[in-house]
Amino acid sequence: MTPTDRPAPPLLQARGLRFARNDEPVFGPLDFSVDAGEALLVQGDNGAGKTTLLRVLAGLLRADAGEVDIDGERARAARRSRAIAYLGHLPGLKADLSALENLNFLCGLQGRRRGQVPESAMAIVGLAGYEDTLARQLSAGQKKRLSLARLWLSPAPLWLLDEPYANLDLAGIELVNRMVQAQLRAGGAALVTTHGAYAAPPVRTRLLMLERPILETAA
Amino acid sequence: MIAVLPGLPGAARALMLRDLRLLWRRRGDAFQPALFALLVVVLFALALGGEADTLARVAGAVLWLAVLLAGLLALDTLFRGDAEDGSLEQWMLAPVPLGWLVAVRTFMHWATTALPLLLATPFLAELMHLPRGQLPVLMASLALGTPLLSLLGAVVAALTVGMRRSGILVALLALPLYVPVLVFGAGSVAASAQGLDPIGALLLLGAGLVVALVLAPLAAAAAIRIALN
Amino acid sequence: MNPIVRWFHKLGSPPYFDRFAARWAPWAYGLGLLVMLWGAYGALFVVPADYQQGDSFRILYIHVPSAWMSLFVFGLMAFYAAIALVWRIKLCEILAMACAPIGAGFTLITLATGSIWGKPMWGTWWDWDPRLTTELILLFLYLGVIGLYNAIDDRRAAARAAGLLAIVGVVLLPVIRYSVVWWNSLHQGQTIRLFGESSMDPSMVQPLIWMIVGTKLWFIGALLARARGDNLRRENGKAWVAALATGKETPAR
Repeated sequence: MTPTDRPAPPLLQARGLRFARNDEPVFGPLDFSVDAGEALLVQGDNGAGKTTLLRVLAGLLRADAGEVDIDGERARAARRSRAIAYLGHLPGLKADLSALENLNFLCGLQGRRRGQVPESAMAIVGLAGYEDTLARQLSAGQKKRLSLARLWLSPAPLWLLDEPYANLDLAGIELVNRMVQAQLRAGGAALVTTHGAYAAPPVRTRLLMLERPILETAA
Repeated sequence: MIAVLPGLPGAARALMLRDLRLLWRRRGDAFQPALFALLVVVLFALALGGEADTLARVAGAVLWLAVLLAGLLALDTLFRGDAEDGSLEQWMLAPVPLGWLVAVRTFMHWATTALPLLLATPFLAELMHLPRGQLPVLMASLALGTPLLSLLGAVVAALTVGMRRSGILVALLALPLYVPVLVFGAGSVAASAQGLDPIGALLLLGAGLVVALVLAPLAAAAAIRIALN
Repeated sequence: MNPIVRWFHKLGSPPYFDRFAARWAPWAYGLGLLVMLWGAYGALFVVPADYQQGDSFRILYIHVPSAWMSLFVFGLMAFYAAIALVWRIKLCEILAMACAPIGAGFTLITLATGSIWGKPMWGTWWDWDPRLTTELILLFLYLGVIGLYNAIDDRRAAARAAGLLAIVGVVLLPVIRYSVVWWNSLHQGQTIRLFGESSMDPSMVQPLIWMIVGTKLWFIGALLARARGDNLRRENGKAWVAALATGKETPAR
């Protein structure tokens, strides 16, 4: 009995995805997939719909048409929230809480990857020693690093990163790339939006170009 | 991926802890609703003339109004902070239902804004010369009515969560929803003043509270999803 | 597919709805106006004066249909809103939002005519009659829906938010009505009811039926006209709207 060589379903598959705002088409119809262990780079100019696409995939917005499958099955809310971690423009941190308190709350809300604790995550992102600093007192770059720590603690396999390099210095950019590499090696996947090609994770990537209003996909 | 996932109780505990911490960091704010209610009472007394009989006749209604208006003002803080810093987004992405988080948040908001009001009410009742016999009914109606107002207010706050200056719109949206609560709440006090049994009105408030506990968080969650579009 | 279902789907297409509304709105208006004139004639000249209230009761023929419509339109608005929220049909969003100002108008007429009717009996322009108080709160509900719809920039999100409010309102409306009636009985005992104890004499009922039918037809015309306007505004920029504006012929059917 030879084992059947059936490929695993892609971690994320989008079919016919379309979104319009105020009857203006933002993107669509889009067809693409992301396999475990790979990163999809979403590029496009400002206003091309990159952020909107990520928000639709994350479940924050509802697409006008099309389907999203996760691990081969239709993505209902519960499945989606367990499979996806989203890093958006707003950091989602409470200004009056310390960095550690923020992480503890977010872990309590969204779960924690086994084997990781907030303290170690903070050390990984270079914020060791800032545990008791109020989020209000952190710089923009430090807030971004704290969000990355939250991302690192998340148990979700698929990362949706919207402009992850924003507000970061060179060391921070390095950090993001290392994190994405580690995530992919562990069998996860990542969707990353960037303005241009100035920073990209050095891993197996595919490219999704969004242009207003017509779009093309390139492998 | 192996994970430590929160259940409903775990998420609730995390959210409650967060809100208690946030309240502690801004302790002073906790007294604002009570202070506003005191101002309302003072203004009513000044407008009506400080005569004990006049005030005593309207005391139940004025106290109910003071609590209702203070709660209406406090409604702004229910979701605004979390909407502005992106926390609401994280709630929507969590593996627990948004309605559950809304319910827990509303409860914490009630506990931190309405409970101080409830504690201040006997003191305010003295200022308004509320007849002693009516105080228990007033407290019971407020204990049942303020959570109901918070739940209905949560729906209104959720509908307007994205807006910049929504002051009068929030009041306009909330007023029709508050009418039954005000009627039965203040009405129970008036009924007891007339010698009638207030238990009917109080039971209706209780029933409304039970229904709202289930339906209001669902409606508010739907409204948040629409508003954060 | 069932022809009726097929027609509903076709109606959801903006150009088709525009033609449909443009065609039928004038008919609805015209027919409604005729029926209301007939009903008004009956109300003013045919029906004998009430032995208790004299001629002042005749305003009932405007007041009652308006009150009925104000409640009916709110229910219809919530119905459209529910469909719009569940199935995301744009036309239902437009119809729901078009209902709001019309319903508010009927509520205003109800309040005004109720006040005018009550003046001879109460001696004042306003007595906190439970029916009229409920109508006043209904007016606030309408204004809330309209206000919320206008406060949000994204038209579709605005329609969905205002629609959710309409659904919450329609669920609470019976509770509000019951609470106001209870409140009234608690504080004022018996008020002079606008309707009086006796049921209506059969001779008085006919013009009322005509007025009810007439206002319904008028409402249909107003709804189609308003929805058509909103539809055109939303589709602004599309080719078919431009063709319509410049007067080119659109292919029929």
